[in-house]
Amino acid sequence: MNRDQRPLGFWLLALFFVAFVVFLYGPMLVIVLLSFQGPEGGLTFPIRGFSLHWFRQLAEGLGVVDIGAALKRSLGLGLAVMAFTVVLSVLAGLAFRKKLWGGSALFFVVVASLIMPSIIVSLGIGLEFRLLDTGLKWVFGALGMTGMQETFNTTLGLYTSALGAHLTWTLPFGLLIMFAIFNRFNPAYEEAARDLGATPWQGFRHVVLPLIAPSVVGIAMFGFTLSWDEIARTSQAIGYVNTLPLELQGLTTTVTTPAIYALGTVTTVVSLLVMAGALALASFFSRLQKQGKRF
Amino acid sequence: MSPPTASAHARTSSSPGHALSAWWQALPLTVVFVLFFLVPLALIGMVSFWDFNEYELLPAFTFKNYISIFDGCSNAAEMCTTFKTYLSTFKFSLLVWLITLVVGFTVSYFLAFHVRSSTVQTLLFVLCTIPFWTSNVIRMISWVPLLGRNGLVNQTLVQLGVVDQPIEWLLFSDFSVVLAFVHLYTMFMIVPIFNSMMRIDRSLLEAASDSGASAWQTLWNVIVPLSRTGIIVGSIFVITIVMGDFVTIGVMGGQQIASVGKIIQVQTSYLQFPLAAANAVILLALVLMIIWALTRLVDVRKEL
Repeated sequence: MNRDQRPLGFWLLALFFVAFVVFLYGPMLVIVLLSFQGPEGGLTFPIRGFSLHWFRQLAEGLGVVDIGAALKRSLGLGLAVMAFTVVLSVLAGLAFRKKLWGGSALFFVVVASLIMPSIIVSLGIGLEFRLLDTGLKWVFGALGMTGMQETFNTTLGLYTSALGAHLTWTLPFGLLIMFAIFNRFNPAYEEAARDLGATPWQGFRHVVLPLIAPSVVGIAMFGFTLSWDEIARTSQAIGYVNTLPLELQGLTTTVTTPAIYALGTVTTVVSLLVMAGALALASFFSRLQKQGKRF
Repeated sequence: MSPPTASAHARTSSSPGHALSAWWQALPLTVVFVLFFLVPLALIGMVSFWDFNEYELLPAFTFKNYISIFDGCSNAAEMCTTFKTYLSTFKFSLLVWLITLVVGFTVSYFLAFHVRSSTVQTLLFVLCTIPFWTSNVIRMISWVPLLGRNGLVNQTLVQLGVVDQPIEWLLFSDFSVVLAFVHLYTMFMIVPIFNSMMRIDRSLLEAASDSGASAWQTLWNVIVPLSRTGIIVGSIFVITIVMGDFVTIGVMGGQQIASVGKIIQVQTSYLQFPLAAANAVILLALVLMIIWALTRLVDVRKEL
């Protein structure tokens, strides 16, 4: 390849790439712009005025939908999904480095969960919990616990069925990232620690964990952001409450003011902040590594 | 994609205690997938043979649900709703697959072979993946101000005098559904194809060009076959997503376009679980057949 002069093909491809990036980001920039319009602003151009009016509208609530409550639910669920994804993926990642009986079957199930159409997973979990409800009601009746039978409503919920539905989506990413890490991991450090008399826990806590920390931050980011935006797997598996993206999906047909763009701006900013935070934390950990410091 | 084999790391000791601790570590993840993936799938299979009335599910073994799905489908003169819906879903899958494949391949090819600095390469790659971590619904509705009846595209076209009346089919149409799919899911093509391309030994390209191959010949005879795995993985992602979709088709189709996923969603919301389950079983069988065909494609190419 000629070092000094780029062939025509390069420029055509570069142009294509730039067009793709504009296609990717352009529409999102447009709604961010439109969300800062004045009170007389509409859903399309031209931009009328500049204010935070629509964000105030959003804070006051859109129709019957309590945005604040949905936001809190999504944050709580996102953090729970993040914690479970990190802990379970790291544990399973460690397990796969050893001789794991049935390991390839487990791996097959995890990949199947990743590519399974979400509506099927969602339907299955919804069905499972409804059958559980029926079973529990029957048990309460059989045991003569009429009080329980009357007050019991459903086992479907944010931290039961919805949490499980999200994990079927985030854990495959977490496990694949762990595989990528350990495929490039030099076991010499661990062996040195063991030869120096470290227990398995000490070896993990003081040698392996610091080395994989930047990537574990990446798993945490996947866990939170994928849960924060998840709709398809949650839809049939959550019961009577809604997460923020589910509310948002409902609002697309009812809200006809830029308030919905303001909501879009807010959720996108949260996603971007989490990404930036993850990036900062990951680079902090790798700096520690390079300086040879411990944490 | 394959799990790292234990033998790759010399530290493995094969003592029984070691294997046992590995199982304890894998147990929590296994429990999650059993409870929230395998059991639900088994229940779908079981309930698809159940009966139901307006109030409850009735355990039974009946083919009623499957029969009612294909009710009227033996009529050759007019296609039944089920076939029409599947045909429409296939149409979207095929279109989106072709477009994301061409766009994803071109973008990956540019990144992998035409960007020389590896820092710039990483930066541009990350730039392509950032939107994946933001909300899909937001990315869908962000097309409204552009494609709506009074949107930017129509305003521009009318002002330029290209059309007299605003074009109606830009939004809430097949067009906007395909556009949104491409917008959302090209990333699923770029990541695996780029990954495959980065593993290609660069000396092969030099060898090809030294042997007198043109850029096109190198692309078609060296790069495409060697990116095969990435292409297949990306295709499986895109096709399975579109086959089961109901959110994108719902929002971008103005809730007017049918899809298999949407049928399942509607039936679930009416608590017609046995019907929804039977539809899910059919959808799953079709998706598995497509995946099987795609993976066969890899083997066939390998043998040639």
